[in-house]
Amino acid sequence: MTRKLPATDVVIVGLGWTGSILALELTGAGLNVVAIERGPWRDTATDFPPAYAQDELRYRIRHDLFLRPEQLTMTFRNNADQTALPIRSWGSFMPPNGVGGGGVHWNAETWRFLPSDFELRTHLVGRYGEKFLPEDMTIQDWGITYDDLEPHYDKFEYLCGTSGKAGNIKGRIQAGGNPFEGARSREYPTPPQKQPYGPTLFAQAAREMGYKPFPQPSGNLSQAYTNPLGVTIGPCTYCGFCEWFGCGNYSKASPQTTILPALIRRPNFEARTQCEVSKINLDKSGKRATGVTYVDTSGNEWEQPADLVLLCAFQLFNVHLLLHSGIGKPYDPRAGEGVIGRNYSYQVTSSVDAFFDDKIFNPFIASGSIGMCIDEFNGDNFDHGPHGFVGGGYMGAVQTNGRPIQTARTPQATPRWGAEWKKAVAKSYLSSYEAVTHGGCYSYRDVYLDLDPTYTDRFGRKLMRLTFDFHENELKMSTYLTDRLAEVVQKMGPRQLDKHPRRGHYDVTVYQTTHTCGGAIMGVEPKTSALNRYLQSWDVPNLFVMGATAFPQNPGYNPTDTVGALAYWAADAIVNHYLKSPGPLVQI
Amino acid sequence: MVAKEIRPNANGIGKLTPGADSAGEGMPGSSRSDAGVRRRELLITTAMTFVFSATSARALVVKGSLPWATNAGTPPTTVHPGPWVYFTPEEGAAIEALVDRLIPPDPQTPGGKDAGCAVFIDRQLAGSYGSAEGLYMHGPFADGTPQQGDQSPLTPAARYRQALAALDKYCRATYSAKSFVQLSDDEKDKVIVGLEKGQVQLEGTSGRTFFEYLLQNTREGFFADPVYGGNRDMVGWKMIGFPGARYDYRDWVERHNERYPLPPVGIAGRPE
Ligand SMILES: Cc1cc2nc3c(=O)[nH]c(=O)nc-3n(C[C@H](O)[C@H](O)[C@H](O)COP(=O)(O)OP(=O)(O)OC[C@H]3O[C@@H](n4cnc5c(N)ncnc54)[C@H](O)[C@@H]3O)c2cc1C
Ligand code: SF4
Repeated sequence: MTRKLPATDVVIVGLGWTGSILALELTGAGLNVVAIERGPWRDTATDFPPAYAQDELRYRIRHDLFLRPEQLTMTFRNNADQTALPIRSWGSFMPPNGVGGGGVHWNAETWRFLPSDFELRTHLVGRYGEKFLPEDMTIQDWGITYDDLEPHYDKFEYLCGTSGKAGNIKGRIQAGGNPFEGARSREYPTPPQKQPYGPTLFAQAAREMGYKPFPQPSGNLSQAYTNPLGVTIGPCTYCGFCEWFGCGNYSKASPQTTILPALIRRPNFEARTQCEVSKINLDKSGKRATGVTYVDTSGNEWEQPADLVLLCAFQLFNVHLLLHSGIGKPYDPRAGEGVIGRNYSYQVTSSVDAFFDDKIFNPFIASGSIGMCIDEFNGDNFDHGPHGFVGGGYMGAVQTNGRPIQTARTPQATPRWGAEWKKAVAKSYLSSYEAVTHGGCYSYRDVYLDLDPTYTDRFGRKLMRLTFDFHENELKMSTYLTDRLAEVVQKMGPRQLDKHPRRGHYDVTVYQTTHTCGGAIMGVEPKTSALNRYLQSWDVPNLFVMGATAFPQNPGYNPTDTVGALAYWAADAIVNHYLKSPGPLVQI
Repeated sequence: MVAKEIRPNANGIGKLTPGADSAGEGMPGSSRSDAGVRRRELLITTAMTFVFSATSARALVVKGSLPWATNAGTPPTTVHPGPWVYFTPEEGAAIEALVDRLIPPDPQTPGGKDAGCAVFIDRQLAGSYGSAEGLYMHGPFADGTPQQGDQSPLTPAARYRQALAALDKYCRATYSAKSFVQLSDDEKDKVIVGLEKGQVQLEGTSGRTFFEYLLQNTREGFFADPVYGGNRDMVGWKMIGFPGARYDYRDWVERHNERYPLPPVGIAGRPE
């Protein structure tokens, strides 16, 4: 039996990055906000204190902080001719669970997208012509511009205290920053982190080749910082247990270290944890959300009525909940029609391993985001005309960790075990270096999310089904980026260099990034998008959907600076426009 | 604006009162309000249908202040050497022989056996890893492509049991009634290469998949924090120069191309 609770103004599904931002902004506007979170409450002192936060086996290998597939997973196949099978243990990406969401265990690499990324189709067609794009590529413009988003990027970065060096302030190029970035209104809140040996050598080599290296923008802070909410973040200690781990030092920007201590004091905010939302409820018209239904740890089902529903459950679960709630037309790849599940996209990373005889890199002196990067080969920063592909990515020496189970590196052709393996690991650990490319992934007609016909979750609901494979455009891109990266690394003077461009079929067991995107994208018209430019559902105007769900395709950066900026952008539209006259913010 | 009935307790954690007068029904209160009660204990002592996180207890309502209780953390439990917990003596001996070929001893560093890799695997199989806790283990089970990941209904513990029995059978049939442990080093390596390449067929189970599990778990045992029973005396970390659980390198970031001077420490400290 479902028990009905008293109504609230706003219900938020998921208390991660976007849920926290929306809760902050809407309680600030005087609304009563209830946030419902599937996982447990998490805090530094209890869940990842410096006494045992640095446990590679527990957090990285056994996935302690992540969603248990037993609670919810999805199915996967490379293409529609295969039968999708369940992801029984996570591999390629790591779905979050618990207060703080992915913000707890992200690297905090905090990138803005390029201005041209937001008008991608228009830009590429303008420069190269329609025919240059693969026929089945379904990239789109976002319906907003970089300039629309700039004040909101700024707000998110000043919330986080992001450490970096601006490359473009109000149109003036700044030495030492990324000269390709869009104009920002001011410098980063804190200076860049210190750089270890590897990134320093990489930057030197890149400079000699005429590139413009710059420190990767980092949410692992270079110094203590007090944000506008009065919450103080500590300096990062380069502990090397960052991504996949919570920070024991309060030094990584997360909802815990930037928002929650202030938010929780507000009398009009309440969080319910270990409560999984199973459905967004609609009224008879199907055009108005009446609230959500959720299940607590005892299996009791509750209905929480609300005037406004904000879906902040992370990209994958946003789409899953939309499909289950019957909101928006599910995408049909044969007809190319429908919007829920359309334009799923992901990431295409690659690496170059370099082995030296005379260098000590101390890979364990690391943070989720330190490193030196170049952006010459991202987006449309270079002429794609001669290369026959579109898109790109940043690349560089990003020193995230030296955790040995995961990273004990050996030169190619070394046996995987035995005396030779042991010797090679002992020799290479301190003296080898891995540089990476972080390539984008554009969207395609045959890549999508829908409901699986066979496998179900604990409630008996259909799992979501992912149909995804790399396309030739992205594999070409990866080869090209990896070759360019290898040229820089070669200049660092290694004895041996192994290139690992992305090849073959997408493999759901191999970790790349947790930058899954799309599935309910934003855009200018309801035929090709699920959300309008304010992340408001075209079909159900009192529903807003946050997160990378809205990305029409994935540029060559990490998503969260843009996810955070979009959350502030949507909050601004809700507070300043929607509340004054609830209804569609864009008329069609 | 809507008023909700919340009764915050000392820790600011309220009980949601679903109806007007049905306090105590429905959503349970918070474990974190019970100072001194460790969440892991709660997990063990309360029988609940829907618990999915090792570090969590039950649904709770948070309002007014951060929910925090003393001693609510879940530090790892130290593994002690001693008799096998999961393996039979024969299985334990076979695993010791296997891990000692995967990571053989050399003059500088002990091999997998003396590093505790077999003890590590035994304790892992006896625990939540061995029983595939938290993984999606519902059918139908079908063979997929390699890109779709392991689709076996076997738990890791069951896989080891089956594979070790089959390996024993294979060795006795191939090497005149000798078990794996009794083989020469060269013969052992030949069997392992055969498993790795899929040339040695094990009855009823995939030798290749078993090899992948074994190799991964052996490396885990060699490099994981010693608290889990492997990496004894931090031999794996000393071999490569990893300082372990140290957590602050601010004074060393910009000391380029210099060897870090301090020895490793583990979560439970240092043996010396
Ligand atoms: C290992 C790792 C490294 C990463 N590194 C980076 C990086 O360096 N840079 C970067 O830009 N991004 C990075 N990310 C991505 C980043 O974490 C996400 O982009 C970001 O957290 C997304 O914010 P969100 O609010 O959309 O989702 P989240 O912050 O993940 O929050 C979603 C919340 O909703 C909850 N939820 C889901 N379903 C339900 C339901 N049905 N009912 C109730 N609650 C629900 C979840 O439990 C979760 O707490 C990384 C992610 C991972 C996992
Ligand atoms: S690297 Fe820095 S920010 Fe990351 S967990 Fe360690 S101390 Fe925290």
